[in-house]
Amino acid sequence: MPGAVTTASARIILICSGKGGVGKTTLTANLGIALARLGERTVVLDADFGLRNLDLLLGLENRIVYTAQEVLAGSCRLEQALVKHKQEPNLSLMPAGNPRMLEWLTPDDMKTIAKLVAERADYVLIDCPAGIEQGFKNAAAACQEAIVITTPEVSAVRDADRVIGLLHTQGIQPVQLVLNRVRPKMVANQEMLSVDDVTDILALPLLGLVVEDEQVIVSTNRGEPLTLNGNGDRSPAAQAYRNVARRLRGEGVPLIDPSKQRRGLRARLLDKFRKTGNF
Amino acid sequence: MTLIDFLQRLLGRDKPSGAMARERLQLVLAHDRSDLNPELLDQMRREILEVVQKYVEIDLESGDVSLETGDRVTALVANLPIRRARPQASELMQEPPLPVAESAPASPSS
Ligand SMILES: Nc1ncnc2c1ncn2[C@@H]1O[C@H](COP(=O)(O)OP(=O)(O)OP(=O)(O)O)[C@@H](O)[C@H]1O
Ligand SMILES: [Mg+2]
Repeated sequence: MPGAVTTASARIILICSGKGGVGKTTLTANLGIALARLGERTVVLDADFGLRNLDLLLGLENRIVYTAQEVLAGSCRLEQALVKHKQEPNLSLMPAGNPRMLEWLTPDDMKTIAKLVAERADYVLIDCPAGIEQGFKNAAAACQEAIVITTPEVSAVRDADRVIGLLHTQGIQPVQLVLNRVRPKMVANQEMLSVDDVTDILALPLLGLVVEDEQVIVSTNRGEPLTLNGNGDRSPAAQAYRNVARRLRGEGVPLIDPSKQRRGLRARLLDKFRKTGNF
Repeated sequence: MTLIDFLQRLLGRDKPSGAMARERLQLVLAHDRSDLNPELLDQMRREILEVVQKYVEIDLESGDVSLETGDRVTALVANLPIRRARPQASELMQEPPLPVAESAPASPSS
């Protein structure tokens, strides 16, 4: 039975951060599209029942009929709830149910849903809610591996560290890092935590590096992720999301630290003076 | 960064905020990861010193017990310069282990 083989190989990946608003949902949507374009059957699962947004970022908000809630209750079939993306039919969304589901949803429920969708996918990406409370615990129970996303700011990195600790104690692995909203100029001027700073502190392998990019907001407005065909051709963030997808599949795409590429005169001067210690 | 900021930086008066972020994070994460609150850490520090002082005379001024972190591992690092061994220390071997507070001999300095 070919179905049994694919079930075993589906990767269920949690996308989480601890701190809110650092780019989990944006990454889930873009990575989902990018994987689908690479021919992977991908399901994005919205585990943020309280504040669901994944449908909106994918432009699928008007096509939701059933949700994970009805699937769990047995009042609809799985295929009825899955919303297929028009342009990228390899991608489907499993929408989050009513926020009141949070009152009774258990880790086992999330496991059930994730296993169900995994049966017909190569990749399942779970968009995790912020925080480390029940919503996080439910989502974490359903995954095998995780991507932690953070921005180079002290509060986001601190919260990411808490989450990494929890993922480690639950035996989830691998856990990889995506650093989002990097501003190369600020890093070069040493006014922002550098890529090395963050990877040193969190001690995770770096899966991707996404710069601050206005195109992200434009694409969110439209409900068309940057990684869609014909979209974001000149967007550095789009390229970064595509590279994350390829690295996930095991392709050796080199990581380039943009802050080390075009360093301004000021940054180089500062370095020089620091090294000689003349001042 | 304005020119003034830049000049101040050159003169070493102003630490770049990126470096400050790194240092502050390392400190706060050392505590987060150990899950010890400051009072508990302080109590542990005092008890460690008591135990060590049973055996050797240590320089309390320059000694330090602290948490240090790196690579997702937090270590308790004790740096305790020894002045000399206590002459009575060998007697401790004969005795069965006693609760720390009772067996600590009065230190000559206190
Ligand atoms: N690389 C980027 N450049 C510019 N803006 C970005 C980038 N990544 C994310 N954003 C913006 O940051 C905001 C938060 O993103 P997103 O909703 O993906 O975060 P989240 O972690 O899912 O938030 P929540 O915790 O509320 O679920 C959005 O307005 C998004 O457009
Ligand atoms: Mg979100």
